[in-house]
Amino acid sequence: MATVPGTLASPAPRRYTGLMEWLTTVDHKKIGLLYIWTSFFFFLVGGVLALFIRLELAQPGLQVMSTQAYNEFFTMHGTTMIFLFVVPIFAGFGNYVIPLMVGARDMAFPRLNAFSYWMALSGGIVLYSSFLFPLGASGAGWTGYTPLSTSVFSKGEGTTVWILGLLLVGTSSLAGAINFIVTIMNMRAPGMTMARIPLFAWGIMATSIMVLFSTPVLTGALIMLLTDRLGLTAIFAAASNIDPRLWQHMFWFYSHPAVYIMILPAMGIISEVLPVFSRKPIFGYMAIAYSSVAIAVMGFLVWAHHMFTTGIAPQLKAFFMIATMAIAVPTGVKIFNWIATLWGGRLNFKTPLLFAFGFLTMFVIGGISGIFQAIVPIDTQVHDSYYVVAHLHYVLFGGSVFGIFAGLYYWMPKMTGWMLHEGWGKLHFWLMLIGFNLTFFPMHLLGLLGMPRRIADYNPNFGWTRYNDLATVGAFLIAASVLTFLINLYVSSERKVKAGNDPWQGNTLEWATSSPPPDYNFEVIPAVHSERPVRDMRMAARGQ
Amino acid sequence: MHGFNRRRTWSAVVVCLFVVSLLALVLPRNAFAEPNGPPSALNPASSASAAIADLHNLVLVIAVAVFVVVEGLILTAAVRFRRRPKDDSEPAQVHGNTRLEIAWTIAPALIVGALFVLTLRAQREIDASAFSAQPGAPITVEVVGHQWWWEFQYPDLGVATGGQRIVTAGQLVIPVGRVINLKITSADVIHSFWVPELGGKTDAMKGIVNTTWLRADRPGDFYGQCAELCGVSHANMRFVVTAVSEDEFAAWARGQAQAAAEPTEAAAQAGRQVFLTAGCAGCHTINGVPQANGQTGPNLTHVTSRPYIAGGTLANTPFNLSRWLADPPTLKPGSLMPNLNLSTADIDSLVAYLQTLK
Repeated sequence: MATVPGTLASPAPRRYTGLMEWLTTVDHKKIGLLYIWTSFFFFLVGGVLALFIRLELAQPGLQVMSTQAYNEFFTMHGTTMIFLFVVPIFAGFGNYVIPLMVGARDMAFPRLNAFSYWMALSGGIVLYSSFLFPLGASGAGWTGYTPLSTSVFSKGEGTTVWILGLLLVGTSSLAGAINFIVTIMNMRAPGMTMARIPLFAWGIMATSIMVLFSTPVLTGALIMLLTDRLGLTAIFAAASNIDPRLWQHMFWFYSHPAVYIMILPAMGIISEVLPVFSRKPIFGYMAIAYSSVAIAVMGFLVWAHHMFTTGIAPQLKAFFMIATMAIAVPTGVKIFNWIATLWGGRLNFKTPLLFAFGFLTMFVIGGISGIFQAIVPIDTQVHDSYYVVAHLHYVLFGGSVFGIFAGLYYWMPKMTGWMLHEGWGKLHFWLMLIGFNLTFFPMHLLGLLGMPRRIADYNPNFGWTRYNDLATVGAFLIAASVLTFLINLYVSSERKVKAGNDPWQGNTLEWATSSPPPDYNFEVIPAVHSERPVRDMRMAARGQ
Repeated sequence: MHGFNRRRTWSAVVVCLFVVSLLALVLPRNAFAEPNGPPSALNPASSASAAIADLHNLVLVIAVAVFVVVEGLILTAAVRFRRRPKDDSEPAQVHGNTRLEIAWTIAPALIVGALFVLTLRAQREIDASAFSAQPGAPITVEVVGHQWWWEFQYPDLGVATGGQRIVTAGQLVIPVGRVINLKITSADVIHSFWVPELGGKTDAMKGIVNTTWLRADRPGDFYGQCAELCGVSHANMRFVVTAVSEDEFAAWARGQAQAAAEPTEAAAQAGRQVFLTAGCAGCHTINGVPQANGQTGPNLTHVTSRPYIAGGTLANTPFNLSRWLADPPTLKPGSLMPNLNLSTADIDSLVAYLQTLK
């Protein structure tokens, strides 16, 4: 082939359409959508598992499933909601929104980005394939404590396949974290200093740093457990000379930061939604940004608060207690700054703001109940009881999931080009808020009344049944609310009410381009002069 | 008119919130302390669990105050600053306020500091209460978690006083008011020893002996349960701590230190034979029966003195015993005790024999 000297001879990349387009895409927006809808699918699956759990617990005795199936269901419920829903859906939001927000044409490493997504999906498929093995999926809990998760006490392939799935998912989020950090550090629009990047990008940045430092430790622990299960090593065997708490240290060194990995992006979403719908700048931008970084750093110093009953040294307990409590400080800073953002605003109660209020009101409860568990003597009572189940759902559902729905209602018009229906959205919110509290508030009481978590059956004489009944009713209300969301998606996609570039009077650069944005995102990368570039453009257009 | 209704709705929300928080304050005092009710952490029966419950209630008061202030601010903002219809003006653009921000950084830090000090004080109180008001010497009990039952051994009693080793399962008998030093370990996976009315939990791990103590300040049955996921019958790993007077305890210990009596009735004698030939003796010890020295299952020397069988899930009645012997894995999934396919006659005579082991 004749080429002109000095030009490159590479052929234009082939463009596919239809399914092949989605299978081969390296576009951050398509990958973002793949992440979001894949994670949402797993949210539905994990939710169905939760409904079965609630059905079983509605009455003492075993009515719905065997204890083995029960263990498999709550193991896969936890694993799914954490590793296949909350973590990857934030990767989805990050993928779709971050390059637009910082004024880039794509993520820094588009192919690595595609790799991350396909690893996450493979991880999900591998995890669920474990149900197909003769002895079923893992029943060792999402925490996989050793020696219960070793081959002696968890027979069959389920737990081995669980490890393989998690290794794939972990690799996915590790690659994704590197991609986000490089994109945010290097690909910002002209004029976007670190003090002007959107707070959602700060949240994703802090999250990615945590993923980068914590995931390798879990990966190491998982590989050690894998070689144990394959009979090559005996690191975690019940009779080994190694401290039986080794797994717990390694597991929580990842999995406690993982709590912040799952909440910081939601906090980022809230920090975007509140200013837009109160039509005020965020109150204390730097305080919110720095508190995310503070949480990211302090999140690494608290893991052993999951181990207060394991007999660790009193000095360690005191350290991990005060370190855990100290996280209330940057968290409190965020809450107060958010309230101050609302204060004096013109609150426009569209669905995204409602869900942001859901986040604020519910996350505060989760934060407060967290303090009880940081306090060692109280923790020895509530640890591993239903109190913990209540607390973690107030943080992960009340916090992360309400944040996720705030993000979905906020950015769906950008992603699809059409608005979601407000009426269905409001119904969705109120059903979910009521169902959520009905499900999880009684669990605080169950825990204090002595009900341990992870039991398929319970003593009928302890008065636990009525609270379990409330929780079961609440769980089905939550299911109804999710159904309402699906109806909303269908109704809105039929109505196709045009969103335009900027339906919310947004602040950040994703609202400066069309909905959905073109492949190249922006015709001209806009210059940035403040942390609210799109508001600047609006004001300039009005001649103000 | 529309605006007025909306305001009423919001006020209703605020009122509901206050009612809920008041309920949270009131509930522990009543619902958590029913006699014969649940094993509530807030119905303490010992100085240690009382100190924890007091600390909890104190923190709860602070927590409710924080809850009411923060949620009140959030809901007030929602009501006061909602956009009025057709109001498209932009509010004052406030970017921050350093003094306010310093204030609400320091406020949580102070609260956290106060909670830390309160906790250290409560912990000292708990530790000190072990040494206060002791009517007698502490008793050591070795607690072993098994999949899925609890074993209690009394090394200070029995052999030490010239009798047999005292080993029980599913029931920990203690004298009221005496400190019981617990040495907690596991035979297999991790378990967690928890009796909410008597104190917090302690994990049981193979290869580690965790020490703690408990003391019951009033007589009664205090229910406990394994709190760490330990396999398919995690839910069926229950036990009871029975606190009795010193005299009753001494009588109980004397009885437990005796070897099993030889059965005199024909049915029980036949049962003893079944016990030795059907495989029971391979896993179970009966003090006084030399061939019955298995270590895997519970020691059965005085099995009929215990209130429960099958991991604390079944009342110890002849009927339940025969159900259990007919098919253990159905009653306790994953049970290490297999279905031995015993004939009805064998089961009947076994039950007759076990009934003599008082």
